[in-house]
Amino acid sequence: MAMNMSGEYQLAAPPETVWEKLNDAETLKASIPGCEQLDKVSDTEFQAVATVKIGPVKARFKGKVHLTDLNPPHSYRISGEGEGGVAGFAKGGAMVALAPKDGGTLLSYNVEAQIGGKLAQLGQRLVNGAAKKVADDFFKNFAAAVNPLG
Amino acid sequence: MSATGIGASVRRKEDQRFITGKGHYTDDISRPGQAHAYFVRSPHAHATVRGIDTAAASAKPGVLAILTGAQLAADKIGNLICGWMIHSKDGSPMNMAPHPALAAGKVNHAGDAVAVVIAETLAQARDASEAVKVDYQVLPAVVDPAKAQAKGAPQIHEGAPNNTIYQWEIGDSAAAEAVFKSAKHVATVDLINNRLVPNALEPRAALAEYDDGADSLTLWNTSQNPHVARLVISAFVGMAPEHKLRVIAPDVGGGFGSKIFIYPEEVVCLWAARKVGRPVKWTADRSEAFLTDCHGRDHVTHAELALDDNGRITGMRVKTIANLGAYMSTFSSAVPTYLYATLLSGQYEIPMIHCAVDAVYTNTVPVDAYRGAGRPEATFVVERLIEVAARQLGLDPAELRRRNFVKTFPYQTVVASLYDAGDYNASMKKAMDIHDVKGFGKRRRVSARSGKLRGLGYSTYIEACGVAPSAVVGSLGAGVGLWESAEVRVNPAGTVEVLTGCHAHGQGHETTFAQLVSERLGIPIEQVSVVHGDTDKVQFGMGTYGSRSGAVGMSAIAKALDKVEAKAKKIAAHLLEAAEADIVFQDGKFTVAGTDKSLAFGEVALGAYVAHKFPTGEIEPGLKEGAFYDPTNFTFPAGCHICEIEIDQDTGRTEIVAWTAVDDFGVVINPMIVEGQVHGGIAQGVGQALLEGAVYDADGQLVSGSFMDYAMPHAENFPSIKVDTTVTKCPSNPLGIKGCGEAGAIAAPAAVINAITDAVGHENVTMPATAQVVWAAVRKAKAVRAAA
Repeated sequence: MAMNMSGEYQLAAPPETVWEKLNDAETLKASIPGCEQLDKVSDTEFQAVATVKIGPVKARFKGKVHLTDLNPPHSYRISGEGEGGVAGFAKGGAMVALAPKDGGTLLSYNVEAQIGGKLAQLGQRLVNGAAKKVADDFFKNFAAAVNPLG
Repeated sequence: MSATGIGASVRRKEDQRFITGKGHYTDDISRPGQAHAYFVRSPHAHATVRGIDTAAASAKPGVLAILTGAQLAADKIGNLICGWMIHSKDGSPMNMAPHPALAAGKVNHAGDAVAVVIAETLAQARDASEAVKVDYQVLPAVVDPAKAQAKGAPQIHEGAPNNTIYQWEIGDSAAAEAVFKSAKHVATVDLINNRLVPNALEPRAALAEYDDGADSLTLWNTSQNPHVARLVISAFVGMAPEHKLRVIAPDVGGGFGSKIFIYPEEVVCLWAARKVGRPVKWTADRSEAFLTDCHGRDHVTHAELALDDNGRITGMRVKTIANLGAYMSTFSSAVPTYLYATLLSGQYEIPMIHCAVDAVYTNTVPVDAYRGAGRPEATFVVERLIEVAARQLGLDPAELRRRNFVKTFPYQTVVASLYDAGDYNASMKKAMDIHDVKGFGKRRRVSARSGKLRGLGYSTYIEACGVAPSAVVGSLGAGVGLWESAEVRVNPAGTVEVLTGCHAHGQGHETTFAQLVSERLGIPIEQVSVVHGDTDKVQFGMGTYGSRSGAVGMSAIAKALDKVEAKAKKIAAHLLEAAEADIVFQDGKFTVAGTDKSLAFGEVALGAYVAHKFPTGEIEPGLKEGAFYDPTNFTFPAGCHICEIEIDQDTGRTEIVAWTAVDDFGVVINPMIVEGQVHGGIAQGVGQALLEGAVYDADGQLVSGSFMDYAMPHAENFPSIKVDTTVTKCPSNPLGIKGCGEAGAIAAPAAVINAITDAVGHENVTMPATAQVVWAAVRKAKAVRAAA
């Protein structure tokens, strides 16, 4: 099933700093909820392992994350696909854009994702809420990581 | 009528066992050394399988084997088949695509099995399945039957261009065209018959055991027809010859059609049991049941009814696209053709009918027979059309029905059915009286005073049960005959075992079949046991579906009882030293006519086995007779259901406030059981009309895949249902029985939607008519009225 989500976050750091952190495996790993492993394969590719729980389905996803359409320090597309074994699969991407605002950066994102298997069968009512929470948690963590005072 | 004979509301003998947890279902059975199977299923609706890596999973604790489709093919295990050949209108045979029990290189629906893990425990099998790595190349999917044949739609099977299985028709399209050109009035409906999940209480299960000493296999499974399962698994799948394969379907907790079919899991368990050398058990969990039990219905239909100025129907035209899912299940091809279009005349004299049906593949679980199988779909078309026509013509819907009812029998419809007996006006009149239709206007005004919309809907349905005779179904493409068999074994002390080829999974055969024996032999039902569901015990039989067990199965028993009685009379004549012609058998006693010399049934039974007092050269010892019975026609139960509903305009919530069902089932064996069947059928029909809907998203994910998202009817959805009957005896079987198992599910959807559309004043209400659907229809109707 398909899912769409978008949002904006105001960050305290300038776009250049945010851009750097958005390309930094350690920052991303610390920010992605449930992320156990994020290994850089190349400048634009990572191997990831993350545990996600949606309703009755808890799954450990293994997959690849790619960065494309790089336009530093303004925007990129982050996409990935993961297999969660019998729980099913998830794949999707987000367009992330940065714009200077109020001395910091306004980060806006637009997510398109698809899930399948048991996740779709059992969790579909919960997916949007769960995905929103994952996104909120990610940006809360990410904001803390890029905060120059933090 | 005796206390336990035909017509008595005898309490069900089997219920004590069922309601105290003493039933024996497949999952209750365990064999020494039993291992467990867990299936690895595709999360994708449509994908190429590029590879399966089982190395890591094989090393997990407790794993005995991990088997894939490639091994299945290497072992030459054959495909599952659809056993009813349908030819397209151009004469070409249906496009039956290969259906391997484990996917061979490609998956075609979410839940399609790609591998099976056999392990010591279920938990170990499940854990190891997590480590099976399947490399999928995902392909675009199609799930909507109306889009399956479109240009550019994903192609599911190589041998089925445009995903088309067949393009079938009945009737003369040119003649129908002419009727519609000159028609005075035409009523039109566009209908979606929603897709349903059967949801039997007991999920499917299979336990297979291989005896290498005897080189034979035993399968315990949740089947409505164990002999048919054995035949298909032997003759087509090629697992083992029939005499080396025993199939036992013990207590089965509900079927509704979904357990007729031969499924991949039972084939895989048999194959794995032989391969691993251990008994292998699989029991579906509820999620698997949603994903893999055959679904029901899923039609998209455009239909028209032509009428003259007097409200007489002059013709009908129907175009249906039927979704059969990813593979053709066992009887799927027959459901939208011979079980559907042959009922489109309803209870009416219709001089011209044309129906065209396209059956299509989609990336969804296979669709096959579900309670009513084709007949609910037909009734929904006919009864929605006649209701819409009555409203257009400004006629009372009961009056329009009355004008067009078939009144003389036998009646040959133009769609091949020969209605043998009925009195449609009698059942409608009785239903209208019981329901107090006359008082409806007043009740509607009372509802209006509290802001509620009240509606009344009729459904004067007809169905065809006990599909037969075998020669006719054979000429229509069936791969089997649809007779039934029985064996009556009288034991020396006078107790009786009835062996039947039918299978009980909730119907109460242990009671009703015993009632027939009680009636005929004059013995209490406690002295009768009914044996079914084991291919080693029972002679070949066709199983239970399509409300056939009474009309066909009991007729076979009656025929065997005739033979028992005839032989017992001969023996009684010797025992009583009288002429055979003078022996009268009545109330369980053999009497020499005009004397007080008599013997009880049990005494004659003993005499038959002792065999001291008759010449065994002329009369064989023992008292056991068998019969195969092939009916001369289908039976045609029919009736009138009236549904009355109230709608809360603000929320769109529909409440059923009254329901009357008057059915003509012919001779009724047990009125209490019949009433229960009617209640259950109505509950499932109301479920379809108001609540249930299997929903796939555009990618082929089943998003109504649990009871969180798939709404089943609850007791609170129903008023007290008034059930009554009218009786015309069925002339095509010796007992006059018609069958009652599906009537409620066939009648109910049209009755509910006719009531809702009556209340709302707007015809476009789709099923399930959830609060949201009805709320939108109320708004739409108001907008249309405001614009007028």
